[in-house]
Amino acid sequence: MSLLVKGGRLVDPASGTDEIMDIFIEGEKILKIGKNINLPAKKIIDATGSVVIPGLIDMHTHLRDPGREDEETIRSGTLAAARGGFTTICCMPNTSPVIDDPSLVHYILRRAEKEGVIEVLPIASITKNEEGKVLSEMGRLRRAGAVSFSDDGKWVSDAHLMRRALEYVKMLDLPLISHCEDDDLSKDGVINEGFFSTVLGLPGIPREAEEIAVFRDICLTRLARSSLHIAHISTVNSLNLVREAKKRGIKVTCEVTPHHFTLSEELVRSFDTNTKVNPPLRDKDDVRAMQEGLKDGSIEVIATDHAPHSPEEKELGYTLAPFGIIGLETALGLVIKELIKPGILTLSKAIAKLTVNPARILNLDRGRIREEGLANLAIFNLNEEWKVKKEDFLSLSKNSPFVGWTLPGKVKWTIFKGKVVYQC
Amino acid sequence: MSFKRKDLLGIEDLSPEEIYFILDTAKSFRQILDRSIKKVPTLRGKTVANLFFEPSTRTRISFELAAKRLNADVVSFSSSTSSVVKGESLLDTVKNIMAMRVDCFILRHPTPGAPHILAKNLPISVINAGDGSHEHPTQALLDLYTIREKRGKFKDLQVVIIGDIAHSRVARSDIWALSKLGAKVRICGPPTLIPPQIEKMGVKVFYSVKEAIRGVDVVMMLRIQKERQNKCFFPSLREYREFFSLNEERLGLAKSGAMLMHPGPVNRGIELPVSLVDGKRSVILNQVTNGIAVRMAVLYLLLGRKR
Amino acid sequence: MKLMNKEQMGKIILKLSEDILRENKDVQNLCIVGIQRRGTVLGERISKIIGKIKGRDIPTGSMDITFYRDDLSRIAYQPVARGTDIPFPVDDAQIILVDDVLYTGRTVRAAIDSLLDLGRPRKVELAVLIDRGHRELPIQPQYVGRKVSTSSKEMVEVRVEEIDGKEEVLLLKRNEK
Repeated sequence: MSLLVKGGRLVDPASGTDEIMDIFIEGEKILKIGKNINLPAKKIIDATGSVVIPGLIDMHTHLRDPGREDEETIRSGTLAAARGGFTTICCMPNTSPVIDDPSLVHYILRRAEKEGVIEVLPIASITKNEEGKVLSEMGRLRRAGAVSFSDDGKWVSDAHLMRRALEYVKMLDLPLISHCEDDDLSKDGVINEGFFSTVLGLPGIPREAEEIAVFRDICLTRLARSSLHIAHISTVNSLNLVREAKKRGIKVTCEVTPHHFTLSEELVRSFDTNTKVNPPLRDKDDVRAMQEGLKDGSIEVIATDHAPHSPEEKELGYTLAPFGIIGLETALGLVIKELIKPGILTLSKAIAKLTVNPARILNLDRGRIREEGLANLAIFNLNEEWKVKKEDFLSLSKNSPFVGWTLPGKVKWTIFKGKVVYQC
Repeated sequence: MSFKRKDLLGIEDLSPEEIYFILDTAKSFRQILDRSIKKVPTLRGKTVANLFFEPSTRTRISFELAAKRLNADVVSFSSSTSSVVKGESLLDTVKNIMAMRVDCFILRHPTPGAPHILAKNLPISVINAGDGSHEHPTQALLDLYTIREKRGKFKDLQVVIIGDIAHSRVARSDIWALSKLGAKVRICGPPTLIPPQIEKMGVKVFYSVKEAIRGVDVVMMLRIQKERQNKCFFPSLREYREFFSLNEERLGLAKSGAMLMHPGPVNRGIELPVSLVDGKRSVILNQVTNGIAVRMAVLYLLLGRKR
Repeated sequence: MKLMNKEQMGKIILKLSEDILRENKDVQNLCIVGIQRRGTVLGERISKIIGKIKGRDIPTGSMDITFYRDDLSRIAYQPVARGTDIPFPVDDAQIILVDDVLYTGRTVRAAIDSLLDLGRPRKVELAVLIDRGHRELPIQPQYVGRKVSTSSKEMVEVRVEEIDGKEEVLLLKRNEK
C-alpha cells in the first residue's frame, strides 16, 4: 500500500523543516520526502493549504481500561486521540487494577494492537498499587514495554521511597513522572485556594501543595542524580522552581495541560464540574506564567491529562465529582488558538512540545518526519475553525469545559503507520 | 420594581432593590403572623418540596410553615448525607420528585452549588436553604429584616460576625447582604477559621473579640461546630470559649442598645452564655419569627405568578 | 371620556356617606375598611364625613387583597403588596368595605375572605364609587355612587388627589392611557 501526501506545508520541528513538501509513504514507513514527488501511489492525499506535522504524542492520557470501560476503552480513547491528531499516547497506570505488573503492560499493548487505531504506550506505577509503600518491578515493567513510571493521581509522599525510586530508575535510562501534590496540604480541597474558594465556600487547594512537592522532588532528583518529569505544572512558583533547577543542571522537565494555559479559576463560579480538575484551575497570573514558561522553553511539553469521567459521576456536585476533563480532541485547537495565533509560540515550537520533546524525554523514536521513519502524520488546516460539540466527541466521555467553543486548526487526516486512521 | 427571578440561590447576585423588595413584601406577611388566623390563600394549589440532605430542624420547619401559611401543599424529604449513596445523582432524585408535579424545590445540601445545578437544569423554582459553606440567602434576609425592624436603616451600621467564618454559609450571605445595603461588616474568629482573601468581600478582619466588638450596633454570633476542634482548627473548646465567646463584659463594649443575633441553634454556654441568649439584647427569637415572614415573601415572589 | 370631575366626585362621596348613615343610624360599631389603594383614600374621606356629622371618630383601616387574589397564577408580575392596616378588632364590627370601582366582584370576594380571616364581623356591607357591571360573582353593593354601563373593552379609572395628584373619573379604551 502506497500513499502520497501532496502539497502540504511540512513542519517538522526536529529537523527545523518548514516548507511545502510531498511525502511518499510505502507500507508503514516514509520512503521519500521532497518537492513534487511523482511516484505512482495507490492513494493520494491533497494536502494543499494544510500543515503536515509528525503525529502528535500525548505523554499524559488516562484510558479507563481496565476497570471503567464505560468511561473510555482503548478503542474509544485511540479514536479520540486520532481525531485530535495524535498517533502516540502514553496511558497512566491509575486504572483498576493499577498497571504495576508486567502482565498488565502486556494487556494494554495487546489490547491496543487489537482494537486501537494508534499507538498506546503504557506508563507503569512507581509503587505497587500506587500505594506509595513498595516499589513496582520497574525493570520487568520496562522490559514488558512500559515507557515510564508514575503514580499519577497521587504523590509519592514518602521521601525515602521516592529517593530510591529516582535512583533505581537510572538504570533504565528513564525519568520518573511525578504528580506533585502534597495531599496533607491539599486535603479535601477541590478548587484553587483564594478569593473564589472563600466566596463559593468550596474547600481550597493552596498553590503551596504543588510547590512543596515540586521542591522536594527536585531536591531528591539532585540527591539521586536522576531525572524527573513533573506532570501538569500549574503555578508561577512551581515554574520558577523548575527554572532554578534547570539552571543548576538538575535534570528536570515539565509539562502543562491546555486547560492550565487557557482557563482560570473564575470559571468555577458556574459550579460546572467540568471545571473541576487537579491541579485546579489557577488565576490569570498563573495562566500567563504557563504561557511564558512555554515561550521561554522552561516547559518542554504540552500534555492533555485527558481524564474521562461518566456524566453520573460528574453530576455528583462539586465536592463529590471526580477531578478531570477530557482533552485529546481539543488540545491542538487550543494550542493554536491560545499560543500560536497570539504569537506566544511559533508553529514549529508549539508542535515540538507535542512531538519531538516528549519523544526525547521518554527516549522514543517518534515525533519526527524523516525518510525511513514511521509514517505517523497529522494533517490539519491552521485556519479552518470548528465548533466543539458534545455529540462529536469520539471519547466515550464528554466531560469538557470547552463544549461550545470555536477552535481553529481542524485536523483533516491522521495517518498512523501509513494508514489513514482519521479523516474528517 | 418587580421580582423576575425563577430561583433564589444566593444573596451575592441580588441587587439592593431586589433585597428591599423582598423585605417590603415580608413586612406584609409579618402582619399575618400576628393574626389568629395565620394563613392566606395566596399559593393555593401549589406544591412545594422540601429537600433536606443535611440535618436541620428550624430551617425546614420554618419553610414548611411558610408554605403552609400561604396555603401551598408541602412535602418534606430528609436524608442525612451519609445515606445519600455515592453514585446517586441529585439531579436524578429530584427529577423523579418533579415528575410528581411539584412547583418548587427548597434544597438544603452539603455541596456548594447543588441548588445552582438544579436551577439550571429544571424549569421550576429552586430556593437555596443552605448549600455547604456557600450561601444561606433566606437566613441573611431574615437577619436583615430583624435589623431593619429595630434600626430602620443599614447605612453605616456597624455589624460584627464572630465565630467560624470559614465554614459558615450564614456569614457569607450576611456579608453580601449587609454590605450591599451600606452596612460596615467586621468579622472575628481564630485565624484558622477566617478564609483567605475574605477582605476582598469588603469586611475588616479581627482576631480579638474585644477589638472587633467595640462600638458596633449589631453582634452576630455563629454556632461553633464542636467537631472542628479535632481537625486542628482550634485546640480545645475550653480555649475557644476563653477567646471567642461572648459575655456581658465583651458585649458591654458594643454600642449601648446593640442587638445580639445568632442564626441558631445556639451552643448555650459555648459561644454564648445562657444569660445573654435570653437577655434583653437578644433578638434571637425575633429572628426565628421573622424567618417565616421572609420565607413566605420569597415563596410568594417566586411562585405567585404566571410562569 | 370624563365621567366625573372633582366637584361631582365630592358630591357623590357625600351622598355615599349619607346613604351609609341612613342605614346605620347607630355608629357605635361602625368601621370602615378601604381596599388598597384608591378604596383606602375614599374610605378615609367617607370616614371623615361621617365622623364630622356624628361628632366621633369612625375606626378606619385599609386592606391589601394581594395575597387573596385568585388570578396570581395568571399574571406575569406580582402586584406590590402594600400591607393591611386594620387598627381595630374586626369581631362584631359593622364593616363598610369601600372600593373605587366594582367590576367582576373578584376583588370584593378577596376582601371579604381576607376580612373573615381577621375575625367575625357582625355585618359587612359594600360601598363603591362606580359600579360598571359585568359581575362574575354574586356580589351586590349596598351603596353605589353611580352606575355606569361599560363594555369589557373599556376601563374605568378613578383618580384621586392623594395618589394621582388630581380628582376625576375617566372611561378609557383599553391600552389608552
